Amino acid sequence: MNWDWSAVSDFMPHFWDGLLVTLQILVLGSLVSFGLGLVWALLMRVPSRWVTWPVGVVTEFIRNTPLLVQLFFLFYVLPEWNITFSALTTGVVAIGLHYSTYTMQVYRAGIEGVPVGQWEAATALNLPLGRTWTAVILPQAIRRVVPALGNYVISMLKDTPLLMAITVLEMLGEARLFSQQNFQFTEPLTVIGVAFIIISYLASLALRALERRLVH
Amino acid sequence: MTSGLWELVLQGIWVTIQLLFFSSLLAAGVSFVVGVARTHRLWIVRFLAGLYTEVFRGTSALVMIFWVFFVLPPAFGWQLVPMWAGTLALGLTYGAYGSEIVRGALAAVDPAQKEGGIALSFTPWQRMKLIMLPQAVPEMIPPFSNLLIELLKGTALVSIMGMGDLAFSGNLVRLALQESAEIYTYILLIYFVIAFLLTRVMRGLEKKLKAGVGKAPRKKTAAVRVPEGSGVS
Repeated sequence: MNWDWSAVSDFMPHFWDGLLVTLQILVLGSLVSFGLGLVWALLMRVPSRWVTWPVGVVTEFIRNTPLLVQLFFLFYVLPEWNITFSALTTGVVAIGLHYSTYTMQVYRAGIEGVPVGQWEAATALNLPLGRTWTAVILPQAIRRVVPALGNYVISMLKDTPLLMAITVLEMLGEARLFSQQNFQFTEPLTVIGVAFIIISYLASLALRALERRLVH
Repeated sequence: MTSGLWELVLQGIWVTIQLLFFSSLLAAGVSFVVGVARTHRLWIVRFLAGLYTEVFRGTSALVMIFWVFFVLPPAFGWQLVPMWAGTLALGLTYGAYGSEIVRGALAAVDPAQKEGGIALSFTPWQRMKLIMLPQAVPEMIPPFSNLLIELLKGTALVSIMGMGDLAFSGNLVRLALQESAEIYTYILLIYFVIAFLLTRVMRGLEKKLKAGVGKAPRKKTAAVRVPEGSGVS
């Protein structure tokens, strides 16, 4: 096994570029999944089978099929329908959509965890439905589920390399490009492997701190 | 789509199922060994098992696949057949997630059961085999079922390395037909059917195992992924 430190230092500028793109995907993807997940969760509470059934089937389908194939689907099929996005946008939409089917369950658990008395109090105060949701239920529900949402952000971080398959140059994409140009595979791949471990470990520490703050 | 292209897809399904079978076996083995090691009485064994879990849960499965395909051969002189390289990468990564399930289920067994074993002067191995595992295993099935679906989705990653699995056959058909909507819809549907069948099989298994220890299966298992943030749950 031979390790070449000069390859590491050559790779570092590319690494920072890749890290930036990875974090971009992570932040935007999280926002999409948080927003869409809430929409799914709320739609699932509409008291009509004509809404809950299709939403249930579609989200179940997205959750049980590989993100990679979904990425290919959006990347190759949307242009055929004359909708063109950049690869990065397509990737963010795909990863956000995929994870929204997970966050929706987190929200559902949070909403169900709000005590029934809160609903009754809102009814007793004659609050309109919109106000009940925005001022009473959701603030309590979302506060409860922040740690669980954070876990999915960490999972999402580990799925960002998949965007390499649709030509996005995030960390793994940069590493592969560098490897193919210089015929040095060991160093760049190990560097990003270690980077993933460090980032997800730091993120889990931050999440634990956040959780502790929310409890008090 | 012509019958030749369908044959390609069928071969892809077969490769995906083989890969799923082997890597789930490896992942199950790793889960139990590492999960049980995390309850060991020596701190060094617990530490090493915990380190394994943190490292393999911390990296992305795709990075691990790249590592096994590109770094292992020159570094250690091992050139693995693609099937085994894919199995190794997926099995080790998902095994780390599984070890958390095993550890959690073992921790959830009533402590009095363990104390009973000590009082009857069972050896640690007998306690594990005769008291802890028979009660813990049925509880592991629902989270393992979710992990198995994650593993099925993970097998699609090997197509990036050029292994002819289901996702890869989809790409070949797309290149042949110059048309993507149809084939990718079929591929997604096939994955969905496999996932559905797997959940059914696992639910049957849970029922059987729980009947063995005199419990009824849970009414409804929500398909939530095991918490992945290290240590946070």
